[in-house]
Amino acid sequence: MPKDHGIGASSKRREDVRFLTGAGQYTDDINVQGQTYVHFIRSDVAHGRINGINTSAAEAMPGVIRIFTGADFEGIGGLPCGWQVTDRHGEPMKEPAHPVLAQGKVRHVGDPIAAVVAESYAKARDAAEAVEVDIEELPAAIDMKAALEGNAPKVHDDLADNLCYDWAFGSDAAEVDAAFSNAAHVTTLELVNQRLVANPMEPRVAVGDFSRATDESTLYTTSQNPHVIRLLMGAFVLGIPEHKLRVVAPDVGGGFGSKIFHYAEEAFCTFAARQINRPVKWTASRSEAFLSDAQGRDHVTKIELALDADNNFTALRTETYANMGAYLSTFAPSVPTWLHGTLMAGNYKTPLIHVNVKAVFTNTVPVDAYRGAGRPEATYQLERVIDKAARERGVDPIALRRQNFVTEFPYATPVAVEYDTGDYVATMDKLEEIADIAGFEARRKESEARGKLRGLGVNCYIEACGIAPSNLVGQLGARAGLYDAATVRVNATGTISVMVGAHSHGQGHETAFPQVVAEMLGIDESMIDIVHGDSSKIPFGMGTYGSRSIAVCGSAMVRATEKIIAKAKKIAAHLMEASEADIGIKDGQFTVAGTDKSVAWGDVTLAAYVPHNYPLEEIEPGLEETAFYDPSNFTYPAGAYACEVEVDPDTGKVTVERFAAADDFGNIINPMIVDGQVHGGIGQGIGQALMENCAYDENGQLISASYMDYAMPRADDVPFYTVDHSCQTPCTHNPLGVKGCGEAGAIGSPPAVINAVVDALQSAGHNVTHIDMPASPQRVWAAMQG
Amino acid sequence: MYAFDFEKPSTVADAVAALKAEEAQPLGGGQTLIPTLKQRLAMPSKLVSLTGIDEMKGVCVADDGAVCIGGATPHAVVAREAAKSYPALASLAANIGDPAVRNRGTIGGSLANNDPSACYPAAALGSGATIVTNAREIAADDYFQGMFATALDEGEIITEVRFPVPEKAAYMKFEQPASRFALTAVFVAKYADGVRVAVTGASEEGVFRWTEAEEALSSNFSPDAVAGLSVPADGMIGDLHGTPAYRAHLVGVMTKRAVAAAG
Repeated sequence: MPKDHGIGASSKRREDVRFLTGAGQYTDDINVQGQTYVHFIRSDVAHGRINGINTSAAEAMPGVIRIFTGADFEGIGGLPCGWQVTDRHGEPMKEPAHPVLAQGKVRHVGDPIAAVVAESYAKARDAAEAVEVDIEELPAAIDMKAALEGNAPKVHDDLADNLCYDWAFGSDAAEVDAAFSNAAHVTTLELVNQRLVANPMEPRVAVGDFSRATDESTLYTTSQNPHVIRLLMGAFVLGIPEHKLRVVAPDVGGGFGSKIFHYAEEAFCTFAARQINRPVKWTASRSEAFLSDAQGRDHVTKIELALDADNNFTALRTETYANMGAYLSTFAPSVPTWLHGTLMAGNYKTPLIHVNVKAVFTNTVPVDAYRGAGRPEATYQLERVIDKAARERGVDPIALRRQNFVTEFPYATPVAVEYDTGDYVATMDKLEEIADIAGFEARRKESEARGKLRGLGVNCYIEACGIAPSNLVGQLGARAGLYDAATVRVNATGTISVMVGAHSHGQGHETAFPQVVAEMLGIDESMIDIVHGDSSKIPFGMGTYGSRSIAVCGSAMVRATEKIIAKAKKIAAHLMEASEADIGIKDGQFTVAGTDKSVAWGDVTLAAYVPHNYPLEEIEPGLEETAFYDPSNFTYPAGAYACEVEVDPDTGKVTVERFAAADDFGNIINPMIVDGQVHGGIGQGIGQALMENCAYDENGQLISASYMDYAMPRADDVPFYTVDHSCQTPCTHNPLGVKGCGEAGAIGSPPAVINAVVDALQSAGHNVTHIDMPASPQRVWAAMQG
Repeated sequence: MYAFDFEKPSTVADAVAALKAEEAQPLGGGQTLIPTLKQRLAMPSKLVSLTGIDEMKGVCVADDGAVCIGGATPHAVVAREAAKSYPALASLAANIGDPAVRNRGTIGGSLANNDPSACYPAAALGSGATIVTNAREIAADDYFQGMFATALDEGEIITEVRFPVPEKAAYMKFEQPASRFALTAVFVAKYADGVRVAVTGASEEGVFRWTEAEEALSSNFSPDAVAGLSVPADGMIGDLHGTPAYRAHLVGVMTKRAVAAAG
């Protein structure tokens, strides 16, 4: 019998009632008395020198309150980068200034130049057309490798070149080279992990407000981590102390990473509200989102795998060019390094691994974390090169993977991380069962009878969620802690508000988090709400990204609830005149061991706030506890995925016919929510593999700047998924034994799709060993033409 | 969007009069014009909506058997009401855009815009339709004059489109993955006096007739008849989603499929 309550139950997502009935409270739903509206004038060239900005005609237009330019931000901080990478020579990365509004130069199409604040959006836009911006267009650096050549245009004049860092990591390079020299076989693959646009359903919005009465600034914003924004914007950009700055991220309609970062528009609205003493609101159009939301991926990689005569992996070597775009977005430098290099071992016991990453500035929109963030890039190249190696060696790709699996835990990889637990054999066994791998040949024949090519692609993945511990990530360059926090506030009648540092923007925290507390206390989930998204209400936690919420913040919540239970037991012991050591808690009742005495949860909580009969000399009244939790390690979800595609040989169109995912997420709080997370991730992975492409022309114009050209997957582009998470090796170091499930689907699915496409083409005799994503119809057709 | 005046007349005559104003522009279903306005890429002084004119709406069959569709008829109505009289046309209409587009967008708007990737131009040209305006009747062969260009004069309104009904017909669309417009699509129609093949989505000149295929199919209406034929890649559209060579290839594939589907 599946549970209907607490941990392990598929409780219905309570937040969906308001989302689906139009009662959600998104940032754009927030309107502050007296608010003004800002329109940003953005660069329409990729690279240019600003010779002058004339705002005088525009300032005289009706409804215009003030026009800001870069000059208004002189002496004010730029947007900070939250992670400093140290290069292979021990030098810090290049960290150019990132002004709120462009100063001197524009560096990508969409770079904000000026901001018109007016009484309405229409008036702001009208006036923006009257602002004269004199820009001298300069040659642009677009292609990464070309940008590193000596004669390339420099994105930042004060840097020697466009190299942000040249980072090396893992085993000793000479040892790795020696292993390659001695290898029986080397498989080499060059590939592109293309740039993507995150495309959350809700575009970004910011409302800045300022109270002259309290000298307090408030920013309402579409963010995954309000406290991080408060920290970055207050301390580094605007110089507002924390107690005078409140950041609120209410309902947020999807983030996928793109709403982690601190953006110019947030700082602008907060700053301008103080300047004009009126609230300032900005709502991005979808077109603006394409040009101003941090984009994802954009790696160009050469990967080499060395095998011995028995097909054991002996060494792995990678060289990656990672596009940073024009400026360093908040966590951009960490993505191709510590979130990518550390995952290059995958599920395999390859003894020697060397990773080299060159991060490059180009005249394009900044690139940062997007669902998976570095881990999809690592998984894709590793699982593609293994598939290629299997074909070159004439061995079954599943058998080759099984042969090289890590099977003993804990396992210290050559790339710095230690997997605490896992069972890759079990997830592969499960995958073979749920994907019906044995039945594939029959399905292939059936497809061929219809004139279609059918391919099977299988791969494994491992990811690292809940990046931690803080002291380690500090050594790696993080400029923030990566703990989280929760306050459990028990009310007098026994209901509970849990204030959490995690932020829910689709994940279902409002349902899943109460399930944990309900389980621990034996009370009904409906008695518990979580509170999130408002820095004035929640403890200083770090928000939601990297599949960290339940593993890190959930653990903090467990610790705080444990403190609640400990204190409540003291109160119960007093009420029942028993020894504290004899008190138990079950189904919302406190009991005394060996007796039939009991006192209800609500009686204890009432006593805490009406302490008439209460051990005041021993404990304080009230029942509210906070815990901060800093994990000792990442968690390591892992799994095996299988994709079956059909290729139309006449048109090159690929359709995904079947997709199966066997994941090990450790213990599971809400299986239905986990299913949904995996479904969404796979959908995004299929989107990357077959459809999505953020493409710039040689002048730096974004070609796919709207949904007319940026292909998002729709419901009929994806199959019904078969997902299973019954293989569970609980995390060994957090109290819930949970891992993370938010990014797995997006990490694990692209290689499965491309492996399947290559398999389909080879089945028809096409000598195609690789096809870059997206495997669009024209690319597949062109590949078939040889 | 810039400010503009708005009129919604109830007769063609009133609409024609309203469109005489300087910089006035007709508004059909607005599926192209409204997004253009929102991006401030057009600045009409006045929009004259054509969707309040009852005489421009609906589907009927004329005495000569032609299917006549009012210029302001939405795609969804064509999909429903032409299903028996001209199934290939109804099926084309049923697969334009999404339900919202099909319930707003009109046949007259689509033909007046003549987007090189739109569906209706292929049906009109492939059927040898007659474009009826407030002023005259224009044969489809004379109507389409290149990408976004038509024979319409300033202020001229498409009031009706007359489709001779073929013996057999089918439309095969290969969708552009993002917009789901036609990356390349082919309308094939077999009439007693010959076969017409109209291609949309492919050419830089907009919708065109593939005469070589028409000749081959007129003597042998089977997919094999066009198996050895191809259109040159020169002049085909090249973009993120398809090279000219790919589009030229798709012309052949979609033609064969359309013939096969027409039966």
